[in-house]
Formats: sequence, C-alpha cells, structure tokens
Amino acid sequence: MKILTANRLTDGIAVWYADGGWAETVGQADLAHDKAAEDRLEAIGAKAYADNEVVDVNLIDAEVVDGVVEPVRLREKIRAAGPTIRGDLGKQAERAA
Amino acid sequence: MYRYDEFDHDFVQARVAEFSDQVQRRLSGEISEDQFRPLRLMNGVYLQLHAYMLRIAVPYGTLNGKQLRMLGHIARKYDKGYGHFTTRQNIQFNWPALSDIPAILADLASVEMHAIQTSGNCIRNVTADHFAGAAADEVADPRPYAEILRQWSSVHPEFSFLPRKFKIAVTGAERDRAAIQTHDIGLHLKKNADGELGFAVYIGGGQGRTPMVARKIRDFLPEADLLSYCTAILRVYNLYGRRDNKYKARIKILVHETGVEEITRQVEAEWQELKDAELKLPDADIRAIQAYFAPPALTDRPEGDQAVKLARLDSKGFSDWLDQNVVTHHHPDYAAVTISLKGIGEVPGDASDSQMEAVADIAEKYAFDELRVSHEQNLILPHVARADLKAVYDALVDIGLATANSNLISDIISCPGLDYCALATARSIPIAQEISQRFASLERQREIGELKLKISGCINACGHHHVGHIGILGVEKKGSELYQVTLGGSADENTSVGEIIGRGFSSDEITDAIEQIVETYLGLRLNPQEKFIDAYRRVGPAPFKEALYAGETKAA
Repeated sequence: MKILTANRLTDGIAVWYADGGWAETVGQADLAHDKAAEDRLEAIGAKAYADNEVVDVNLIDAEVVDGVVEPVRLREKIRAAGPTIRGDLGKQAERAA
Repeated sequence: MYRYDEFDHDFVQARVAEFSDQVQRRLSGEISEDQFRPLRLMNGVYLQLHAYMLRIAVPYGTLNGKQLRMLGHIARKYDKGYGHFTTRQNIQFNWPALSDIPAILADLASVEMHAIQTSGNCIRNVTADHFAGAAADEVADPRPYAEILRQWSSVHPEFSFLPRKFKIAVTGAERDRAAIQTHDIGLHLKKNADGELGFAVYIGGGQGRTPMVARKIRDFLPEADLLSYCTAILRVYNLYGRRDNKYKARIKILVHETGVEEITRQVEAEWQELKDAELKLPDADIRAIQAYFAPPALTDRPEGDQAVKLARLDSKGFSDWLDQNVVTHHHPDYAAVTISLKGIGEVPGDASDSQMEAVADIAEKYAFDELRVSHEQNLILPHVARADLKAVYDALVDIGLATANSNLISDIISCPGLDYCALATARSIPIAQEISQRFASLERQREIGELKLKISGCINACGHHHVGHIGILGVEKKGSELYQVTLGGSADENTSVGEIIGRGFSSDEITDAIEQIVETYLGLRLNPQEKFIDAYRRVGPAPFKEALYAGETKAA
C-alpha cells in the first residue's frame, strides 16, 4: 500500500494527502491499494507541486495498524512523529498536547 | 574581531533584499521549486525531514556576545527554542518557516551575520583553529587570512559554480586543531627560517564516501601569495574537476586520479601566470585586516594563580573542569575555556535560546566579548583571566554547561542523523546519547583519557567518523539501522582515516561494542599516558577484532 506525502511550501511542515486535502498527521492518509490508485495519488501530488502548495512529493509504503495508517520505513516513521530524541517536538508533541 | 566595513554592510543588505524578494516570488508561485532550489541553497536554506533548515555562517567560528544573543533570539522567536552548532563552526536551526526567513536574515544582518555560501557548490565558510588568537603554541592568528579568503571567495564569479562544494581550513599552530588535512585546501600558517609568515599548503583532503588525507603540495607559500595560489588551485580544479559524477566531483578525486606530482605541476604553472598580478596581497592590506583581530588589551592579573589554587581546594567540580576544559593561553594570567555542549545524555552541539543568551552574558562580562564555535561542536571563551575562572565556572554550572569532558569519550561529534536529516540512513544522536550515558562517570572517562569518538548517520560523513579514533557510521540494512565501527582515524597533524573493524552492530549492540573496544584498549596500553590512538597505531586492529568477534568465529 502507498500513501502520498510532501512538505508544505510555506513552512516546510510534513504533510500527507488525506480526504481531498493535505493533513498534518499521517493517520488518515488516503491509501492506494493498486497501481491505478497510485497513479491517481501521483497525479494529485504532481498537480499540488505545480500549484506551489507542496514540495518534495513522494509516494511511500504504508500499512494499517489498529485502524490507523502508518509509514513502513523508519525514515518515514520519524517524519510522521518528529525527532526520536525530542518527544516534545513535531507531530508527536502535538498529539500529546 | 572583524567589523563590517561599508562594503560588507551593503553587500549583506543587498543579499537580504534579493533573497527576500526571491522568497516572496516563490511563495506567490511566480517561481517554481526547480528555479528556487539553487537560490535557497545559496542562502543556507535546506529542506529536511520535518521542516526547512537554515544554516547560518559563523566565519572561522568567531562570534561576539551580541551575535550569540541574536542567535538565541532567533531560536526563540522563529524556531523551537534551540540551535545546533556544526562541524563547520556554523549554527543550524531545524524548524524555520520559509515565510519567516527574510525576517531572520534581516535580524542577522543587524548583527553582521548572514547565511551566504553555507551551501551550494561554492567555497564554504572558511574554518580555523578555535583557539586562534589565544593559543600559546601558535605562530600567528590564522583568522586574518581566513577573513581575506572570505572576502575573496564571497560571490566570487569564477568560483560560484564549482564541480562540487569546496572547504578551506587554516591553522596557525603545529598542533592542528582545525583538521586541515581533511579539507579541499588546508593551510598551515608558519614561519620560515627568516621569520617570515607563510603557509604549508595541502590539497585534496576530504571525507564522505571516499575519504582521503590531503597531500602537501607546497611547504612554504609567502603570505602575500595566498590568493593567487588559492586561485591557481581553484582554477585547475574548476577546469579539470569532474562534473559528470557527483560522487567523483570533489578535488580529492582529481588529486587522486591526476597524481599529486602532476596536479602540483599544473597548480604551479597556473600560479606563475597569476603570482605577480593584482592578486598579490599588499602588506598594508594584510596588516589592516590583522588589526581587526588584535587581541583584547589583556592586563596582568597575577592574582589568578592564588585564586585558582584556593578555588580548587574548595570545589572538586571546578578542579575537574579546570583540568579538562581549560587550556593554556599565550598570556600567563589568562586561559582559554571550552564550554562543552556535550552534557551527559544531551544532544551534541545543541544549545537552548536561554543558554545562548547566558553564554553571551558570560562572554561580555568575563571574556572580552569574544566567543568561538569549535568544529568539535563546542563553544569557546578564548580569553578568560585565570582570576575569573571560578566565576565563569559557577555561571556555566547555573546553565548546565559545565560538563568537564573536553577531548574525552563523551565529547562526541555527531551529525543530526535520521532524526532530522533528509539524507541520513540511520540515527546518530541517540547512539551518541547512549554512549555518553554509558561512560557518564568522569572518573572513568579520565582513566580512559583522550578519545575522539565521532558518529555519522550516513556515508556523507558530516559527523567525521572517518577521522574519529573510534568512528561510527550508521547505515540502513534490510530496513534496520546498522552501525559500522572504524578505528584509528584522527584529524590532527597526523591525520589518518580509520579502518573498518568488521561487521556492523545493531542499535542494541553498538554501545556494548564500544565499551568492549575501550576495555580492550585499557587492557593493552603500555601505561596510562599511552592514548587510545597511539595504542591502536602500535598494535593495529587484531586485538580489537579478537575482542569483538572471536566468539563468533569459534561458534561458527
């Protein structure tokens, strides 16, 4: 399964494509289960890049754990949570708040 | 220290205006990311995992209190309350919004700072010995030459689009504290038999995926010829350096592939065309720049000896700190102080906004308003009267920056690694923290003695692992972090590249492995004076391999 991720142009914050827009957390990201869905996400990413909404657009591997979308690779897990050494920063801090 | 003249002010202000305009045009969609990327990189703006990152230049690592206070202000106002000091003697902020960067650059310009040429394929911030101007063993302060190189290399039209980035370092002492042999150009300021100043010139050092020790191509270059000779080197590199392969584009590859004799011949031939032309430095210009770096008026403070003696008796903490973090100054009543940014279990090189402000206060009150950033990711107070050392120590204790571990195993260089960096393949900071905690006992660290441990989170080697006495390289293998250990590297006047000792270790195993290496060293050293690096050079890798892997071989 794949999800679409990028960084927002204005502040560089990591975002994931979910439900017709760019969400600041990964949990509800739109999942692509097949090649056609991946192509759709890729096209959405290309358009958002061209429209100067986001930069560094990528399709990444994801899985669903307890009903929540999670990236597979460590790099993407850290992007989705924040620095592992600073639990007070990044998405993990916002979730805790 | 150096003060901007009218030209510098205009130049930096013009750049702030230009880049602010570029940011506005990017935000409004007038220019694309492909157009903007090279522009933002020329101004130190990267995109990392969580956000943009801004790298700010600290030329040759020299700062004053007002500047450090401004960095604290930027950390608080625009970032998340901290900054990260780097191995290029710069500082990075991890969370700035692109839309705030024009305001940050305007704030920086108000204290004569900028982010120009902190990225891109140009000549980067010139680094220098962090004890420059204070060290008892230097022949002259190397920073005036670093400043001359800065002026020459700033938006140099010929050298703004090199095959790859280009790094220069200068030291003024035989004991190399600036790691010059790991640089594209390394300059060792020295005197010849007639007492004239000049440089031994090294080229082609570098780390990354192909580590190489620089080669000396000239034993003595008169100071007046600094710019013409560097221009000759850069011209040869710019002409012949490879542009077809990013991984082979540094000058080290050119030197290696061409051969040092041939490249020396090419540089010397080019220099013959340049040496007596307009790049020759007029003596008056060198002296004018040197005047900016005149040491502060250090009045005699002979009461320091007695004050230090008494304070030692009073406080073991002070005594330990004095032994570890305070070094000899060229004036007997003064000392240079290392402020460790390597508190046990802390993030190497990080300082909070309030710590930066407090250190600025200390520098203004006790250190003639002078500060340095070391390439080992610490801060330095270069001129402190010995009589004031206890007061400085107490003030550092108050802000948690009095860890007495300079040059010990917990004084670790670490890149940001996968916790922040888009290029990283593994985390480095948590490994640094765990090793630091394992060796938390100062008594144990001092028993081990000088040991330079350096960690990189990918093969680009920003954490200098190749030249660590113990180096750790984090890679990704089958989806997990794996840590490869190198031994025997060093970045001083006897620079060497460490050797891979064997298979890598998981994040759960790496600290145990490091401890085993250290215990092996303690068991085989001839005496407590034999440092880790000297012992390694004497015995080689075999005993360490045996200690780490013998069990496996037997089991197999």
